[in-house]
Amino acid sequence: MKEIVLIKLGEIALKGLNRHTFEAALKKNIKSTLYGLGYFKVSIAQSTIYVTPQSEVDMDEVCDRISRVFGIVSFSRACVCEKSMDSIFANAPDYLREELQYAKTFKVEAKRSDKKFPLTSPEISREVGGLLLENFPHLTVDVHNPDVKVVVEVRDFGAYIRAGALKGAGGIPVGTGGNAAILISGGIDSPVAAYMLAKRGVSLTAIHFASPPYTSERAEDKVQRLLMKVCRYAGPITMVTVPFTAIQERIKDECPEELFTIIMRRMMMKISCEIAKKYECSALITGESLGQVASQTISAIVCTDDAADMPVFRPLIGMDKEEIIQISRKIDTFDISIEPYEDCCTVFTPKHPRTRPVLKFVRYAEEDAKLYDLIDEAIENVKITQLR
Amino acid sequence: MTEHYLDNSATTRVSQGAADKAIELMRECYANPSSLHSMGFSASKELEHARDTIAKALGADSSEIYFTSGGTEANNLAILGCAHAHKRRGNRIVTTATEHSSVYETMLHLRDEGFEVIFVSPDITGGVSAQDVISQIDEKTILVSVMYINNETGATNPITEIAAAIKRRGLSTLLHTDAVQAFGKVDFKVARLGAHLVSISGHKIHAPKGVGALYVKKGVRILPHTFGGKQEKKLRPGTESLPLIGAFGVAAEELDIQQSRDNAQTLRSYLLDKLSLIPQVKVNSPSQGSPFILNFSVDGIRSETMLHHLAAQGVYVSSGSACSKGAKSHVLSAMNLPDNLADSAIRVSFSKHSTHEDCDALLEGIRSGIENLAKR
Repeated sequence: MKEIVLIKLGEIALKGLNRHTFEAALKKNIKSTLYGLGYFKVSIAQSTIYVTPQSEVDMDEVCDRISRVFGIVSFSRACVCEKSMDSIFANAPDYLREELQYAKTFKVEAKRSDKKFPLTSPEISREVGGLLLENFPHLTVDVHNPDVKVVVEVRDFGAYIRAGALKGAGGIPVGTGGNAAILISGGIDSPVAAYMLAKRGVSLTAIHFASPPYTSERAEDKVQRLLMKVCRYAGPITMVTVPFTAIQERIKDECPEELFTIIMRRMMMKISCEIAKKYECSALITGESLGQVASQTISAIVCTDDAADMPVFRPLIGMDKEEIIQISRKIDTFDISIEPYEDCCTVFTPKHPRTRPVLKFVRYAEEDAKLYDLIDEAIENVKITQLR
Repeated sequence: MTEHYLDNSATTRVSQGAADKAIELMRECYANPSSLHSMGFSASKELEHARDTIAKALGADSSEIYFTSGGTEANNLAILGCAHAHKRRGNRIVTTATEHSSVYETMLHLRDEGFEVIFVSPDITGGVSAQDVISQIDEKTILVSVMYINNETGATNPITEIAAAIKRRGLSTLLHTDAVQAFGKVDFKVARLGAHLVSISGHKIHAPKGVGALYVKKGVRILPHTFGGKQEKKLRPGTESLPLIGAFGVAAEELDIQQSRDNAQTLRSYLLDKLSLIPQVKVNSPSQGSPFILNFSVDGIRSETMLHHLAAQGVYVSSGSACSKGAKSHVLSAMNLPDNLADSAIRVSFSKHSTHEDCDALLEGIRSGIENLAKR
């Protein structure tokens, strides 16, 4: 039995003249996500992408991976038949067994774009429905709200049988929305922020600040594992690890304690902007949510933004922790995020951080500490890891 | 004398790769995976690599795999852990009368604790019908535990159908399957199988004894019954046996299910052909059973006598299940096998290393046994 995947495009079907750019990106992303599973032909016709395996493949895995590709509203597995009722009859019961044995009710919907096919759509529905009732006596027909909707499509080049459709990841294809750099620490928020912008088509570069020996290689490994989860949606990610120990130590020695965090974040912004430019990113992404901690108040964000010379996207800014956790569970990063390793943000945290820092004084403190020469040194010594 | 080992469902020979890995992890990468230093980190990487491999072989996510000391512990953890976590929802448990003793005895224990345990009887081949199991499941049933492949006869149970029935009826009953004889021998994926809890063991697939794993589907809650550190997300505390777990990972990596299945299938058919020519032999295994297991009786000669006679020829087989030496098999009794056949049952089990020569030596041993051994 030959099986293929039919993919319905999301909002990119609404695009005008540059639609083909989006389609091409989506095709490329589908091929790339299926890498290593076998050989596939990926083709587009009438806003539907056909993924046809050219070798023996694990279709469960194929569908699992496709479910995380942005730009897809829904997709379905379908059995390819010859254009005859005999062939449809021969394949339908076996192919649908897995879906139908779990169901109580079903209906059959036929679509016939090839009008030369001898039966009309209602006739096909009736015949196939009867056959399935014979084979699965526990089922009843419910045309309004069935557990399983069986679709039989007779097209120009073949007939397809499928059971319902699976929900796609939505969004628009990664790679069509430019490049941005995500600042990732290892907490719950930043992987979610990365996921959200990837969903809007952005290709990601990741910037992580490491402060050995205050942070351990386990913390860095944790970030890599988080990013690998994000890669399942966002495609390959370049991770840039910045050595941050010297800067943090200088801040601790030279700056007022209540400004530690804010100055540290400004340094991160400055470094990130430089790295972002190097990697052709035009914006930064952070996982900040307004009011979550002292460094995420409006006054604090005014101070951190001042250090950046490119837009900083904060997709979680208006979300509650609970909402963020929900997404982190969905993208499977939550369990990793809560592993208990120190990250750079928790090193040298002040007892009473300033919640309403004043930009002018922050800048003075920063200049006094002579931090800028350390920035170049940090950027020179970054470590690059390719993740996929 | 050449060794003809045909007792691979009892245990297998450890592969060179698995043994090498165990030694490496004992001598080189020996730190505690929970230690924070870099040696501990390397050890924990090995641990997670093994977990990834086992997860991949099962079609599961790594976070769903919990290492145990073997199949018995995995079965105990699944059954006790589920019963105790869900006892407020109901107290009925459905299982079969042909389970491995690590399930069977755990069920007897739960019955003593006050759970209502239903033992579904098998048919004459040792398998249960889906309908017989399904008809016993009601709203109060918190757990169904049915082995995937019977270790004595090779009968395959309809796990997917049972899972489908539970799902169709919208019950929150959990399904456990003891897949110790199926892992590495049937190409199954947990998602397709539909079970929430799956037990597997290392030493049946050429890893050392003392390691196994329990698959717990994401979102399914079971309680631990040992307490201590935070290892295995507190479900199975205690410093991980990294050498054994690492070897288990290698053995799983080395699996070539299709090839060893083909080999077993060829040998089993060959043996069945030849055995059909011996009038005293009656086959107890179902024709559609696992290709790795063949159970038959040599009428008139007690299992143990035949077993020792064969061993003297260098042929190693099992009488009933090796885990319950001497005692009469509860599986064969449950199958309602006539006494004379149950008393003379022999189990032959194959691995990827088994050959035609092994089968010929066995056949020769059985023929000479029938000729020379005193009848009961």
